[in-house]
Amino acid sequence: MSSTTEVREMRYMQAVARALHDSLEADPTVMVLGEDIAAAGGSFKATRGLLDTFGPQRVLDTPISESSIVSAAVGAALTGMRPVVEIMFMDFITLAMDALVNQAAKARFMFGGQGSVPMVLRTPHGGGLSAGPQHSQCLEAWLAHVPGLKVVVPSSPQDAYSLLRAAIADPDPVIVVEHKGLYAQKGPVEPVVGRLGEARIVRPGRDLTLVSYGATVATCVKAAEVLAGEGVEAEVIDLRSIQPWDRATVLASLARTHRAVVVHEAVTAFGVGAEIAATLSHEGFDDLDAPVLRVGAPFMPVPFASSLEKGYAVNVDTVLAAARETCN
Amino acid sequence: MNTSAKTRKAIAPSPDDAMALYRTMVLVREVEQALSTLFANGEVPGFIHLSLGQEAISAGVTSALQPQDSLATTHRGHGHVLARGMAVGGFFKEIMGRAGGLCKGRGGSMHVADLSLGILGANGIVGAGIPIALGSAVAHATRKSGGVAVAFFGDGAMAEGVLHESMNMASLWKSPLLFVCENNGWSEFSPTSRQFAAKLEALAGAFGIDYERVDGNDAIAVAKAAQAATQALREGRGPFVLECITDRVRGHFEGDPQKYRDPAEIEGLAAKDPLARMRTGLEGQGVAAAEIESVREQVRAEIQSAIEAARADALPAFEDAVADVYTPAKQGAAA
Repeated sequence: MSSTTEVREMRYMQAVARALHDSLEADPTVMVLGEDIAAAGGSFKATRGLLDTFGPQRVLDTPISESSIVSAAVGAALTGMRPVVEIMFMDFITLAMDALVNQAAKARFMFGGQGSVPMVLRTPHGGGLSAGPQHSQCLEAWLAHVPGLKVVVPSSPQDAYSLLRAAIADPDPVIVVEHKGLYAQKGPVEPVVGRLGEARIVRPGRDLTLVSYGATVATCVKAAEVLAGEGVEAEVIDLRSIQPWDRATVLASLARTHRAVVVHEAVTAFGVGAEIAATLSHEGFDDLDAPVLRVGAPFMPVPFASSLEKGYAVNVDTVLAAARETCN
Repeated sequence: MNTSAKTRKAIAPSPDDAMALYRTMVLVREVEQALSTLFANGEVPGFIHLSLGQEAISAGVTSALQPQDSLATTHRGHGHVLARGMAVGGFFKEIMGRAGGLCKGRGGSMHVADLSLGILGANGIVGAGIPIALGSAVAHATRKSGGVAVAFFGDGAMAEGVLHESMNMASLWKSPLLFVCENNGWSEFSPTSRQFAAKLEALAGAFGIDYERVDGNDAIAVAKAAQAATQALREGRGPFVLECITDRVRGHFEGDPQKYRDPAEIEGLAAKDPLARMRTGLEGQGVAAAEIESVREQVRAEIQSAIEAARADALPAFEDAVADVYTPAKQGAAA
């Protein structure tokens, strides 16, 4: 794999690998570490080929020690490196919460701004694979709640590349939440470094704003197509970054459409949607013609059986139901 | 296993070196005694954890370090950071919650740090500095900086999983990481004998890591051991565990009534005082008592002036703090 500027069609996982490759090539302080990421190329093959190109000092296989490998990334970041650590499933960040919450997030602040912690943690969330309660969770709201962390959720191969490049270049700790169900998705990728905190209007519309991130962006687009057939033009916004999130773009959309539904795969209660709905209800109060609704998972663990998981997951119908409710 | 003992004999500190160790120990002792008084007077907010009686370890270990080295320490970390060279003025301002503090009054005693000296912070979470030091050691190796990292931890952290994980990784990767256990016998409010079923030596052995136990109240012994250990690290021989046996003179935190402790045990600690021992050694080497005493006077004057400056310093501005959670946009971006 070599660096070029041409637009190429590739899978989401290949976009991740390419972003890592290009960052490793551009900056000698970048290193990649995690469980089975080097010799095995990563559980989802997102780090395939990096070991051969960059060697075992910069592409480092670690033991199954989530807590210490994330803390080690903090220590490496404070000693002049830009580590990118992979946690194989987002559920496993539970083991690394001290490293993220007490160390990475706070070092800059509590050391009086003496330095920053330029580290990235990549991890996939999301269900749909019958992976069960401990391999399917969407826990990004926990991290977005912690001052000092940034959280991005790329929904396309292009963003998987651009946001990861931006995250690696960023001086602060950034969690890049990928989606297991998107790894095989194909799309054009232009090798450009993105900007954190900028939402994207995926589909313009005048009647209703659907705000989402990650895999449910596509669900919202499908729902918008159905709504268009009913004469309702929904604007779909992909937040891309949930901490910080692009209030200006969402509020401007609300000012045009006067109705909003926030959609995510994560559990609804105490989630990202609650934060956005509260902000729209306050700052966008004068623009609202209906209450802001939330669509997310029920308050239960992600179940295993496909039939149960189907009932758990956000889908086009649940988005449509909320959209129709808010338009009535 | 213990390859360091042979090389160590070649290194004997000169009276000048011993005097330097003594000065560092006096600095730590006098700073912490001043903190105890300031805390009792209500001039230090929050919690402080003093390392009185453990000064020989701070002085001895840091005497082996070079400018490119780094360290991560604990809630009981004043000695380590001062011995490494943290500015006394910025230290007092920090712990007294002032704008001019090294961390602008945002961290306090449990988070004193000076990245320019490779001090990656004291830490409020038991054991948490260990894997941070591991990562720093990995960075030294990757960057070929020639540096080593030191993980200071107490015996209470021996039961934390991150120690075991970090020993495993440091051994697998032959990382230049010096594990320094200050074994003072107490895990917060409980004797370590009731907290930890293994022995650190056996643990180090299980991971194939060289280990040495020293009298942590003997600064020269600690300095020699640390010198040998860091030399081995710099030669790429992998990590090293140095267990320093010492005593906790004060409570877990300042103000701890220590009802769980036998008063006779605490009284007996005076006879083991590492400073008195060092002083006796210096006198034995022919250093004049007046010279030894003048060190204390100089240190006291420096501390007094630091405290006065801290008292006079402004309180930190809230707006500055809230604006500094993330790196300002103009700083820090890379390729």
